[in-house]
Amino acid sequence: MARYRFGEPSLTTWQKLWHINWVFVMMITITSCIGFGMLYSAAGGSIDPWASRQMTRFGIGFVIMLVIALVDIRIWLRYAYFIYLGGLLMLIAVEVAGTIGMGAQRWISIGVVTVQPSEVMKIAMVLALARYFHSTRTEEVHNPFRLLIPLMLVAVPAGLVLRQPDLGTAVMLVLGSGAIFFAAGVRMWKFGLVLALAIAALPVGWQFLHTYQKQRVLTFLNPEQDPLGSGYHIIQSKIALGSGGLFGKGFMQGTQSHLSFLPEMQTDFIFTMLAEELGMVGAIALLTFYVIILIYGFVISVSCRNQFGRLVGIGITTTFFLYVFINIAMVTGLIPVVGVPLPLISYGGTAMLTLLIGFGLLIGTHIHRETMIGRRSTTIDAS
Amino acid sequence: MHRDSDRHKQFSRRAAMLAGGQFVLLTALTGRLYYLQVIESEKYKNLADENRINFRLLPPPRGRITDRNGVPIADNQQNYRLLLISENTTSVDSTLNALEYIIPLSDTERRRILRDVKRNRSFVPVTVRENLIWSQVSEIEVNTPDLPGVLIDVGESRFYPHGEDFAHVLGYVAAVSENEITGDPLLELPGFRIGKAGIEKVHDLALRGTGGNSEVEVNAYGRIIRELSRQDGQPGAEVQLTLDMDLQRLAAERIAGESAAVVVLDIHNGEVLTLASSPSFDPNRFNQGLASAEWNDLVSNPRSPLINKATRGQYAPGSTFKMIVALAALEHGIITPETSFFCNGEMALGNAVFHCWRKHGHGRVNCTDAISQSCDVFFYEVAKRLGITRISEMATRLGLGQPLGIDLPGERGGLIPTPEWKLSNVGSSWQKGETVILGIGQGYILVTPLQLATMTARLANGGLAVTPHLTRRIVAEDSEDEDTSEVEIPSVDISPTHLKLVIEAMAQVVNHPRGTAFRSRIEDDGISMGGKTGTVQVRRISKAEREIGVKKNDELDWKDRDHALFVGYGPVENPRYAVSVVVEHGGGGSSVAAPIARDIMREVQLRQIGIPLSATVPEDEGQGHG
Repeated sequence: MARYRFGEPSLTTWQKLWHINWVFVMMITITSCIGFGMLYSAAGGSIDPWASRQMTRFGIGFVIMLVIALVDIRIWLRYAYFIYLGGLLMLIAVEVAGTIGMGAQRWISIGVVTVQPSEVMKIAMVLALARYFHSTRTEEVHNPFRLLIPLMLVAVPAGLVLRQPDLGTAVMLVLGSGAIFFAAGVRMWKFGLVLALAIAALPVGWQFLHTYQKQRVLTFLNPEQDPLGSGYHIIQSKIALGSGGLFGKGFMQGTQSHLSFLPEMQTDFIFTMLAEELGMVGAIALLTFYVIILIYGFVISVSCRNQFGRLVGIGITTTFFLYVFINIAMVTGLIPVVGVPLPLISYGGTAMLTLLIGFGLLIGTHIHRETMIGRRSTTIDAS
Repeated sequence: MHRDSDRHKQFSRRAAMLAGGQFVLLTALTGRLYYLQVIESEKYKNLADENRINFRLLPPPRGRITDRNGVPIADNQQNYRLLLISENTTSVDSTLNALEYIIPLSDTERRRILRDVKRNRSFVPVTVRENLIWSQVSEIEVNTPDLPGVLIDVGESRFYPHGEDFAHVLGYVAAVSENEITGDPLLELPGFRIGKAGIEKVHDLALRGTGGNSEVEVNAYGRIIRELSRQDGQPGAEVQLTLDMDLQRLAAERIAGESAAVVVLDIHNGEVLTLASSPSFDPNRFNQGLASAEWNDLVSNPRSPLINKATRGQYAPGSTFKMIVALAALEHGIITPETSFFCNGEMALGNAVFHCWRKHGHGRVNCTDAISQSCDVFFYEVAKRLGITRISEMATRLGLGQPLGIDLPGERGGLIPTPEWKLSNVGSSWQKGETVILGIGQGYILVTPLQLATMTARLANGGLAVTPHLTRRIVAEDSEDEDTSEVEIPSVDISPTHLKLVIEAMAQVVNHPRGTAFRSRIEDDGISMGGKTGTVQVRRISKAEREIGVKKNDELDWKDRDHALFVGYGPVENPRYAVSVVVEHGGGGSSVAAPIARDIMREVQLRQIGIPLSATVPEDEGQGHG
């Protein structure tokens, strides 16, 4: 039994609170506040309808984040597969009885709460993979057959999400999992192989894409081909960004955004509005906050003394990075429009909640960084 | 523990690689931002402005046209348009139904409105009806609360207060046609009108002014958010003409019903006081948009109302040409003031016999008698001796045979023949008989009423080559530059003695009892007129017909009747004005044209000495000579 508690001082709640990395929490809060400001601007200088609701969501999410952070990390290890299974069942439920929204089945109602299972899956998959690799020895990781189970863990939900269809989330699930595989020590050449296979499978995969998804890819390759149709978003977004220049047009002065040329400015294209109004300087400032958060994520992961926490940390951090990168690359026209929000800034409750839960786990990892957990350990018996 | 420490090391390596990879990708994003926001920034700024900024042209008000005294003869009138903004209605149908009580709408109109509403965004005003009358406007204004979405818009449209009387001089304005688009953005403005004929066309650029600009910010749906800047245009300049409105109206009235033209000139400077052509048309109709039936009527009318006969009608001058023949003969010594010929009513040349209008002849006549009594035989003789070239040369000096360059479009030059002209255009050589009939202004010769008046002016002003013009000055809003510099008018080099002789002979035409226009003399004190009648045969009179007796004009078809001409000047002492009158198929120059000229010359002189218009024109006297 002692083994499970080796070197571990059992922390009281107060101690845990003391261990919370408050600077990191501050960074998250500041970034969210930038988001409130942008939503205030997007509404034409009004706290309604977006900024106020977003604040409420952040408030709720903030509490949830702290609660999750305080939960013993071994609890998460123990229930990782259950959470994963729950997420998977919800994904299947969506498939069966989901609400049709935005041309895709993404939501499911449980009682009064509407849940987006694909978002739950982003966290659940990180937990499940972390647990799997936590309990796998390094030599075993090198055995290709030992990788079949985690590959299935990724492929099934990713396939279901793709069927919804939600390309953005599917890509995030796959890439986020990839980071965990990578950090867990899977050999480099295997990634090369998967990449080669993926490229080879591209023409086949193309067949399975929905028309609108194909259209988005085609539009990305040549947005000017249909400037008023599907190319409109990208073109207007680039105009807004570019016209912002180095210092921007000033807070609430973005002509492109405020004259409705820019679509979806409070959600997926909010970065464009920010860059139009605050210029490249403002955009770089926001990126700097993101980079600080990412650095914290990496430092927390690396400094954790158990593999589970490390893998959870890297999974969460990479997921956060993917939000940032995919969204900004999308609005700047580097990749096709896939519908990924800008983390902590875009209007929307689900992504906010997912992110704050993720950060909660990350903070929890930090708090429990000294906890040593055996490979086989799935129970907490000390208490 | 060992194991975990290995894992930890490996994890840290891999994590560092991931972090590095993510850092590289974020740097790429930064590079992309730098490319878009710094390198390409100008391009996107322009695109953003193109997106949001719309330029609206503000059409300038068209300049007025006034007569010589500043009375407007072409003006702008407010035009009330009824517009409908569909987003302000509760439903377009209910507003239209309510409107129906004030302005009945036909089914087609209603369909058109509903179609326009559907095609445009809901905040774009749709025209329901143009040219509302005042009572409709006020009724709509009163009922505004019951007519949601209805809007009255005031525009300007061209208005000619005296319609037909000035139509040929002023011309008209109409919508711009495809081939008239020059790049001036005003021309592409819907509803913009430009001058299509007359002064409206000649001075179109000055009258048009320059458009203003309004820069407005619009959103993605085209709704105007605010006006960013506004630059008012330059209103069209006012054009003052040399015409005298009252005189013009009198002339138009006198020739109404005829197919005729009247020109009155100031002989000293060539200012055109009157330039009337009949029948006429209403230029206001062109502005509103002419129905095709109306247009066809105008075009197919045998009396060609669209043609300005004063500058574009070409007629043989008949006896009004005799002054030119006389002057040429005097200049070349063919005759002296005393030379006389015997007129027995005809002159033979080879096999041909040329008749005088007076069957039994005038007896012995000298040059003065021949002009005042319009003896044909005298001029047959003179022309025969003079030869075609000398006659043509004198006619050209007096302004015939080429356009005079009046400021109106489409002026014709007439025709003064030369043997070379005939050879190349008719294909045969010049015949002596043709010179003979040219002596009485018939044959291969054509003049316009404007040329006749100019010729008369040059005779009466002592041989100065005045040219007619209509524009007195162009007054732009800000600049009051008036061209007052006196231009030296070249002389036509005719001996003053000869001119005096001809002018006095013309005075006798009207004032000597044996003169052909004696009945049209002016009897008021201090007012007088000299002139010359002309009656031009339109059809050939055959020998056989002459023997049975020439038909009276009244018995002929209108098309076959003689043209009646008269040229005149006044007063006899110190002449100031020249006049020409041509009545197509009107009959005799003395009976039809002279009385018209008399009334006008009387009027212009009365006005000059300060007696108000027409106060003394007896109602029926004009008719008596008709």
